[in-house]
Amino acid sequence: MSALQRLFKFHGGVKPAYNKEASTGLPIAVAPTPTLLVIPLHQSIGGMPRPLVKAGDHVLKGQRIGGADGNASAAVHASTSGTVVAVEMRLMPHTSGLSALCVVVEPDGCDEWIARQPFDFRSASPTQTRDYLRDAGVVGLGGAVFPTHLKLNPGRQGKLDTLILNGAECEPFITCDDVLMRERAEIILKGAAIMREMLAAGRVLIGIEDNKPEAIAAMEVAARAANQAAGDEAMQVVSVPTRYPAGGAKQLIRVLTGIEVPHGKRSTDFGVQCFNVGTAYAVYEAIALGQPLISRIVTVAGNVGQARNYEALFGTPMRDLIAQCKPLPDSDRVIMGGPMMGLLMPADDVPVVKATNCVLVGSKRLFPPPPPEMPCIRCGECAKACPADLQPFEMYWFSRAKIFGKAQEYNLFDCIECGCCAYVCPSHIPLVDYYRFAKSEIWAREVEKEAADVARERYEFRLLREEREKQEKAAKLAAKTAAGREKAAAAIAEAAKPAATPEEDAKKALIAAALERAKAQKEQVHPENVSNLTPEQEAEVAAIEARRAEIREMAKPHLRQDD
Amino acid sequence: MLEAILVMAFGALVLGAALGYAAVRFRVEGDPLVEKIDAILPQTQCGQCGFPGCKPYAQAIAKGEAEINQCPPGGEEGIHKLADLLGREFKPLSAEHGIEKPKSVAVIDEQVCIGCTLCIQACPVDAIVGAAKQMHTVVAPLCTGCELCLPPCPVNCITMEPIGESVENWKWKYPVFKINSAPQESK
Repeated sequence: MSALQRLFKFHGGVKPAYNKEASTGLPIAVAPTPTLLVIPLHQSIGGMPRPLVKAGDHVLKGQRIGGADGNASAAVHASTSGTVVAVEMRLMPHTSGLSALCVVVEPDGCDEWIARQPFDFRSASPTQTRDYLRDAGVVGLGGAVFPTHLKLNPGRQGKLDTLILNGAECEPFITCDDVLMRERAEIILKGAAIMREMLAAGRVLIGIEDNKPEAIAAMEVAARAANQAAGDEAMQVVSVPTRYPAGGAKQLIRVLTGIEVPHGKRSTDFGVQCFNVGTAYAVYEAIALGQPLISRIVTVAGNVGQARNYEALFGTPMRDLIAQCKPLPDSDRVIMGGPMMGLLMPADDVPVVKATNCVLVGSKRLFPPPPPEMPCIRCGECAKACPADLQPFEMYWFSRAKIFGKAQEYNLFDCIECGCCAYVCPSHIPLVDYYRFAKSEIWAREVEKEAADVARERYEFRLLREEREKQEKAAKLAAKTAAGREKAAAAIAEAAKPAATPEEDAKKALIAAALERAKAQKEQVHPENVSNLTPEQEAEVAAIEARRAEIREMAKPHLRQDD
Repeated sequence: MLEAILVMAFGALVLGAALGYAAVRFRVEGDPLVEKIDAILPQTQCGQCGFPGCKPYAQAIAKGEAEINQCPPGGEEGIHKLADLLGREFKPLSAEHGIEKPKSVAVIDEQVCIGCTLCIQACPVDAIVGAAKQMHTVVAPLCTGCELCLPPCPVNCITMEPIGESVENWKWKYPVFKINSAPQESK
């Protein structure tokens, strides 16, 4: 099948040492449940999910503990059954070393599921299905953790040409997608079939780098079976040349379809959408089995005696996983992700989250400290290696000089931070660090500017409102004084008049009659609480009246004295 | 001689008419310079500059009645931007107008608040909600940190809390590398 597919090339890229064999020797193992799960509420791009449980609550496996905040967010679930010990700030698996709100669950060992029910997405509307996936916490498991329900939208045309499953897994050391494809190919393709239906996609291309022959073979077998069952030829496994970063979404789309998604456009505008194979697996589990996303395959590799892939519950401390793999004594750091794009962790007890595809143990021997940074010699190697067709040296100069506007003009935000430029740089400049710095500064400014715009608008509205209130007050006052003057003028006129004319007498008589009528009406109205009384109540009222009269009688002499 | 004068006079008339037409046709409403200055100012509306808001200060700068270094919330960076825009010389922040502080938001101690509404009247961006004899509270995302609500409070229940660093607003730091000291030779 794969021989028929015409392939394209993306620009640049590098070929680092892959180091993948160490962790593919053994099958996926289920990581033991730790004594305490620390589940961060904020695990995906988008708003911070709000906690739905409090300390002391008992939760079941798969119970929602964090509700999605708006549509651009995804829910978070308890990874196992147990008791919520605390909802508090805990250290996050984030380079900053900062804390964020986490739900701490003490497992009860029963591993008792919530009632799981498959979701009938065929009879539900696309919006309902997307909401279901959002509440099942399904996000992209390739590393960017973008909520999947937002991507499962065919866009304006209502259908897509190609659905791409990303099994390229180009980053060194990481093999979680590789082993998942080897062992659970059938389920991945079932998930892909669901996604294909939701997106009304014509075909499914599964791109796998050619350094994973076992995964390609397994996926081909499963694809043949799936095609036979469906009676078409929609699923195709395509082996793509091994070159980092072939697993980048834009790069894989380019290689498989030849489409280059331009700046500011979405791939769906060109009839293509791309998902990680792990995401397809999670979609199947959520829709066909009713299981929310509570675990994932994590590669533990690097400076360890036995690298391996584990199916780990979210919230498991990375330290527990590393301990399973016999870490070598000179280990000095933990990286989440691979050596090219991974993030240095502030400690080894941070939890596994949805973004954790790999826990890479580092040491000075494995990752020696980089040689000192030297000045840029403008050789242009970085531009040759850039898979996004950018000019990294220009972006570097402007980021370094903090001229962010210019850096943005060179399309800094199209940079995927793959690290190819820094990898080839003969001056050992940590280019990506500069881009990350520039990007976060630009974001912060953007946020500040938005806040300033809101403040300006509100301030101007306040001025407007104060002005309006002042005018209203003045108008009211003017009306009042005008009315007062009229009255005074009328009174003066009245006094000046010599005698009442017969007409006025008639008017006065009319007014007197009206007053009389009003008085009579008033008398007719009785207080509600003394009508419709029972005989007992009437007796009681009479008794009270009598007492009152008595008291009045008794008080009379005193009153007179007072007088 | 006369022809020359006529030609020049004709030319002057034509150009004058063209300019006059353009002045009417392409008339610019408002002062674009004020808008540009206002866009640089942080919109805190705190009045520390001596003007009753950011817009009046921008107008004063545009007229040349105010210096560009009177805005403490804008800080050094804001002064640099204003200097670039106006082609003026950079000046350090004038001390009489205040000092640059980390951005903070007002927080009302709700146990102490007596519901006098004085802070609501003082807030330039209507970021405090409440009513007479009801508890007041600050809508934190709207608060500009101007501190104008602090002086009117009769029970001193408002404090300024600096906005801390969180995972959401954390920024990657400028790449700086530790230079290891050269190994000292033992004698």
